[in-house]
Amino acid sequence: MSLYVLAKEKLTGFVEALQPNFRVVGPVRTQHGYAFDDITDAAQLELIYPTTILPPKKYFLPQRETLFKFHTDSDEQGSRRMKMEPVFQDVQPTVIFGVHTCDMNGILLYDRMFETGYQDEHYIARREQTYVIGVECLSPCDDASFCKDMGTLTAPPVYDLHITEVDGLYLVDTGSEKGEQLLLKYAEVKMATTEDIRQLGQSLSSKWPRFRHRLKMGKDQLPSLLTINYGANTWDELGAKCLACGSCTSVCPTCFCFDVQDEVDISMEDGERFRQWDSCQLYEFALVAGGHNFRDSKASRIRHRFMRKAKYNQQVHGLIGCTGCGRCERACLAHIAIPTTLNALYEETQIDAGR
Amino acid sequence: MVEVFEDAAVSEAAYVEEVMPSIYLPTVAKIIKVRTETEMEKVFTVRLPGGRPLGHAPGQFVMVSLPGIGEAPISVMSSPSRTHETFELCIRRVGNLTNSLHKLLPGDDIGIRGPFARGFPMDVFKKKDVIVAAGGLGLAPARSFIDEILDNRDDYGRLIVLYGARNPSEILFRDELRKWRMRDDIDLLVTVDRPDESWVGHIGVITRLFPRVEINPAKAMAVTIGPPIMYRFVTVELLGKGLSPDQIWMSFERRMKCGVGKCGHCQVNYRYSCQEGPSWTYAEALAFEEAL
Repeated sequence: MSLYVLAKEKLTGFVEALQPNFRVVGPVRTQHGYAFDDITDAAQLELIYPTTILPPKKYFLPQRETLFKFHTDSDEQGSRRMKMEPVFQDVQPTVIFGVHTCDMNGILLYDRMFETGYQDEHYIARREQTYVIGVECLSPCDDASFCKDMGTLTAPPVYDLHITEVDGLYLVDTGSEKGEQLLLKYAEVKMATTEDIRQLGQSLSSKWPRFRHRLKMGKDQLPSLLTINYGANTWDELGAKCLACGSCTSVCPTCFCFDVQDEVDISMEDGERFRQWDSCQLYEFALVAGGHNFRDSKASRIRHRFMRKAKYNQQVHGLIGCTGCGRCERACLAHIAIPTTLNALYEETQIDAGR
Repeated sequence: MVEVFEDAAVSEAAYVEEVMPSIYLPTVAKIIKVRTETEMEKVFTVRLPGGRPLGHAPGQFVMVSLPGIGEAPISVMSSPSRTHETFELCIRRVGNLTNSLHKLLPGDDIGIRGPFARGFPMDVFKKKDVIVAAGGLGLAPARSFIDEILDNRDDYGRLIVLYGARNPSEILFRDELRKWRMRDDIDLLVTVDRPDESWVGHIGVITRLFPRVEINPAKAMAVTIGPPIMYRFVTVELLGKGLSPDQIWMSFERRMKCGVGKCGHCQVNYRYSCQEGPSWTYAEALAFEEAL
């Protein structure tokens, strides 16, 4: 696609031009850190920010979402009747500014997940109405991140626009036709020159040394590392520490599991079926009819989470299920971290191999 | 250049009205008949709008809904060969939803989604001697499979059905069992764990029936459906009879919230039981952790 130049001071104008027509969201400073939120004042938007508390997944899979509304009552014969009408909640033209490359990789996995097999129309309806504006990460944003190890330090092709700061300018890459139209209609830009492109290349290639490695192995080794370590003691050790609170999965940009529940109003006739984020770290998650639980220990649930992140997602979607954003490490009350755990497994395996 | 911004402003209402279906929206079906099977189980005959066929394979399930109460996966008990304008579900009363379902009467509406999952691939059983080992409520999906064979009897070899229930009062489909017993093209053995005074049949868990059957492992295929605990012991018996793991099919029941491979609850390793299951061979199951 094409490359445009947006003067830095024109960003505010771009946001303001979008506001009457779109819900505009982006990273803003809050009391507890940065969070994706509605931009009410264009000056709130900051494109250099540490990892947000929650990833932008909340705009694609809301924490709680109505799937349909229903009405039940009885006809003259006393038979139970039901009517149901689908609801497409939060389907509105939305522009998400400033999405880090790790979070764009999260969206990539979401797209694969919800658009493969049975089409999840609720997700697709929102996804189609959303413009993703990414921002290139030129410096590490957070101590807990390990994006370089997970290969998420570059933008995957999910963005409509992607911004890279180069020498006091924003170079804007268009990832889709709708993104390009958005830019041309609402922002004051000019085409990038050969010199701009040269500087962009320099900026992109010089960013790598600024990021550190946290893993002792390559991400391609992860599926086999986890296969070998299925019976490792590490899982029991983590199980003893874990509080099974589910924070790690709530903040994860690739976790998408949900629970489905019904709620009726006081008339007992009208209500809705909704889905809400669920967590494989909770006891009830793998409980089946008859009371058998396939993962009744915390150790087995933590292991399942690691297996999903570093192996199963790869098997199903061809993508590692961890973006290296570091949110789970920051959210974990028991200080369980993915890189530390994987490194411990790796060390253990190395020792075993040498025996 | 294409102008997209007017399109972009499609409202939620327009989505609902115009195009968007929802994979989570049940079809309103009608209960035609309710039969009390045991103290715990009832059989519901269900008709989809216009009497359209369900189009399922033996071993598949539907998501059954009562708005306001919830939704759960229920195996289809009638075979495709006998499912035309209606289909049958055998529902055990165990929780909120199933207790509410038990209160329904003919004429009531019920929500149905599906059929979902991969059923038993009938082709692999053709020309083979088929052993069915069903425990408890597992006889419901097994019935779909058995009737399919009985209705296309010439396509299959011997049919051996082993059925275990906890006690005589929990035995399902007594009329059906009686009819099967009368036929000479099906070998039926029933056992109960805890007999009462009336019981004159076999006593003990289902594995106790295996010494009583002769199987030619070279041309046999087995299907086992029951509670998770049963599989471990039944597979030992089948392997002991000379069957290999890929000759043994089993049904993996999990809690399913969506039925369409999204919610994650039924995941067995990297696979979704609601999509690629619930029927897998023992050979496939051995490759999974936490499957059994």
